[in-house]
Amino acid sequence: MVKSTIPPMFQVVVDKEKCRKCKRCVMSCSYGALGFTDRVVPDDKNCVACHRCVAMCPENAIMINESPLAYRPHASWTVEHRQGILKQAETGGMLLTGMGNDKPYKIFWDHLVIDACQVTNPSIDPLREPMELRTYLGSKPDKLEFETDKNGQPSLKTQLTPNILLETPIVFAAMSFGSISLNAHRALARAAYESGILMNTGEGGLHKDLYKYGERAIVQVASGRFGVHQEYLNQGSVIEIKVGQGAKPGIGGHLPGEKINSEVSQTRMIPIGSDALSPAPHHDIYSIEDLRQLIYALKEATNYQKPVSVKVSAVHNIAAIASGIVRAGADIVTIDGFRGGTGAAPTIIRDNVGIPIEMALAAVDDRLRKEGIRNQASIIAAGSIRSSGDWVKALALGADAVVIGTAALIAMGCRVCQKCYMGKCTWGIATQNPQLTARLNPEVATERLKNLIRAWSLELKEILGLLGVNSIESLRGNRERLRAIGLTDSEANILGVKHAGE
Amino acid sequence: MSWRYEKDISGCGLAGIINTRRELINGKVIMKSIALQHDRGNGLGGGFAAYGIYPDYKDHYAFHVMFEHEKCRHEFEHYLKINYQIDREELIPTRTHPKVPTHPILWRYFVTIKPDRPDLKEDEIGDQDFIVKTVMHVNLNIDGAYVFSSGKNMGVFKGVGYPEDIGEFFCLENYDAYIWTAHNRFPTNTPGWWGGAHPFALLEWTIVHNGEISSYGINKRYLEMFHYTCSLMTDTEVVAYLLDLLLRKHNLPRELALKALSASFWKDIDKMDKRERTMFTAIRQVYGSAALNGPFAILIGHNNGLIGINDRIKLRPLVAARKQDTYYLASEESSIREVCPEPERIWHPKAGEPVIIDLEKEVK
Repeated sequence: MVKSTIPPMFQVVVDKEKCRKCKRCVMSCSYGALGFTDRVVPDDKNCVACHRCVAMCPENAIMINESPLAYRPHASWTVEHRQGILKQAETGGMLLTGMGNDKPYKIFWDHLVIDACQVTNPSIDPLREPMELRTYLGSKPDKLEFETDKNGQPSLKTQLTPNILLETPIVFAAMSFGSISLNAHRALARAAYESGILMNTGEGGLHKDLYKYGERAIVQVASGRFGVHQEYLNQGSVIEIKVGQGAKPGIGGHLPGEKINSEVSQTRMIPIGSDALSPAPHHDIYSIEDLRQLIYALKEATNYQKPVSVKVSAVHNIAAIASGIVRAGADIVTIDGFRGGTGAAPTIIRDNVGIPIEMALAAVDDRLRKEGIRNQASIIAAGSIRSSGDWVKALALGADAVVIGTAALIAMGCRVCQKCYMGKCTWGIATQNPQLTARLNPEVATERLKNLIRAWSLELKEILGLLGVNSIESLRGNRERLRAIGLTDSEANILGVKHAGE
Repeated sequence: MSWRYEKDISGCGLAGIINTRRELINGKVIMKSIALQHDRGNGLGGGFAAYGIYPDYKDHYAFHVMFEHEKCRHEFEHYLKINYQIDREELIPTRTHPKVPTHPILWRYFVTIKPDRPDLKEDEIGDQDFIVKTVMHVNLNIDGAYVFSSGKNMGVFKGVGYPEDIGEFFCLENYDAYIWTAHNRFPTNTPGWWGGAHPFALLEWTIVHNGEISSYGINKRYLEMFHYTCSLMTDTEVVAYLLDLLLRKHNLPRELALKALSASFWKDIDKMDKRERTMFTAIRQVYGSAALNGPFAILIGHNNGLIGINDRIKLRPLVAARKQDTYYLASEESSIREVCPEPERIWHPKAGEPVIIDLEKEVK
């Protein structure tokens, strides 16, 4: 193969004075960016800026810089476009990437601000008063009926369909075993179990060792049907039909054969080393009535004991699509915005297809309310929830709960180098290489995930308190408590928020 | 764009009196009681609700309506004549009052619904639903006209001013009622507007409210799912509409409806026996968006009694008292003692626990 002429993105600088040649960095790097002769020799073009070497170096001798190499500036032909073309000219392939859309689109979370109580109503101190985050996901009836016994004691007559309790309105994103390591899956499952939230198996089944955490798992059924069998369906507390993913709406998935080791093979129910191809559509869903059939097939298979979620990516007509999904019988609609993450996607799709979750969420919540069916399904919002601030804003726009994927990965050690698709994750997360997966201690990762959920929940309680409310229901859908800064009238209108000062 | 309506932010004083044997109480009593709370208001709103004041027309819906100009009165009356049989219509009696320099045109109409009203051709809804539809229509679509009250044998008198002045303006000494509620308003962000004073009313339900409903945004959006339109530029009206929805449309037992509004804490629900836990869990699951959050004390008047309710951590004051068959509810004990110096019992209702006082059954 002809040597690539594409200049490296990063520059690895090893301080010769500090380095004592322990080679930890060399052993840490799975990308081949560090070699050793009589000293550490960087190979810049392979560096992805994952920081593993930096973190492992006992002498703080390594620095990664963005390459200072100058390109003649061009507003249209950016370095990225030029590099992309060079790569494609060399390989003839689609450009691949991992994680969510990294383009500087307007992030609407950053244009929304939260209200607070002053004088006319008191804020509430979450350290002194109960602050309730408990959330139930699932379909709710339009109204309740009660019956009274002969002593005049009322009791509930209406039979509710199954709802699942979250101690705090957040769930971990669908990340399959295969795309991430068993240790990572184990940490997510255990942290969800111990925090009273939910993990999502993603489209790769649930490893038998993790069945004990199943009551806190959303079990996914996607177009490849990998790992789907009756026992699996009954392990989870929610079943999710994955139709789309925010990072790659409308296309399928591809887990390369190298990642299909014996454990992945057993869990996915496919031969070792075979590529796991998820078709773009479900081949049994070509219309909304087909979706209804699948929803009810899954409900039948689990004896109507579990809510069924349908996950779609946020696209132009999301409001109408969501309405159809609710009318088809889904108990939960999960909407994944175009900044949602992925283990692997064509860059061109990740960066150009779909709409932001903020807009999609607001439009769906509005539409379901206009149609009087908002109560029939919970809405879960996904796609780059970066902090409890984003979380609060999503709830206020109308989400029952949010999804965190990238944030959870970062909590486990990820540095967002966006190379998940290479299977070489130095942090032991997005890889099946046993030498690398051993680097992720599931006990430690569990604690870190639990810490994140705890920290964000504390912040959420603090914000509820300053809003002068003490339960999450009073924030959910309460757009009156948000204001827009730097949005156009139509943007604010779609979000259903007033401008700051109004 | 319905979400552009402003929310009313206000502090306030409340008073309510009820005689459970339907013995009539003169308007002077409630005016004296609320006047003592003068400092809880700022002169931008005072009002009263009275039950049992129209015994001669007790089967008629009594519309109290304000008009900002004659044009909207004609428009309103045109609509009314098409749909209702009007048996009496008159200016609401008022007196010239130095503290009430300007006022809108104030009329009352005693009406029954025409059995052949035109909308029946397209929409078969019951009488009460039609009244609600009328109120929504007038408030939203007839510019300058606002319905103060729309129940039977009751009425709302309210305006911009201190309540004692508004009471004198409306000559309330000429009315005797078995239930009275009164309100002294301290709005901080809305202009003095007669429609914005309390009580808020829909059908027989009247609400006087001290506080701010911090959950207003979602309560309003929840109500919109059931075709209620919040048009009065205040958070208090959601209380009236929520009660109408939960009690009349959803037919919830009253205690449970109040528990939907002032929700039980999960920590308490978790300790309940299975029957109650199931019931209260479902109420929070299904009626979470109806829950009122933020500081409030509310008096709810209706044809059969009076209810007082606080938010679930009691961020606004509410005192109750009893002497024989008369019960008192107020923001301040002094306001009760002003008209009933020696009550037999006086108590501070617990946070979130409603005080429910019912009239004795009417003897025919």
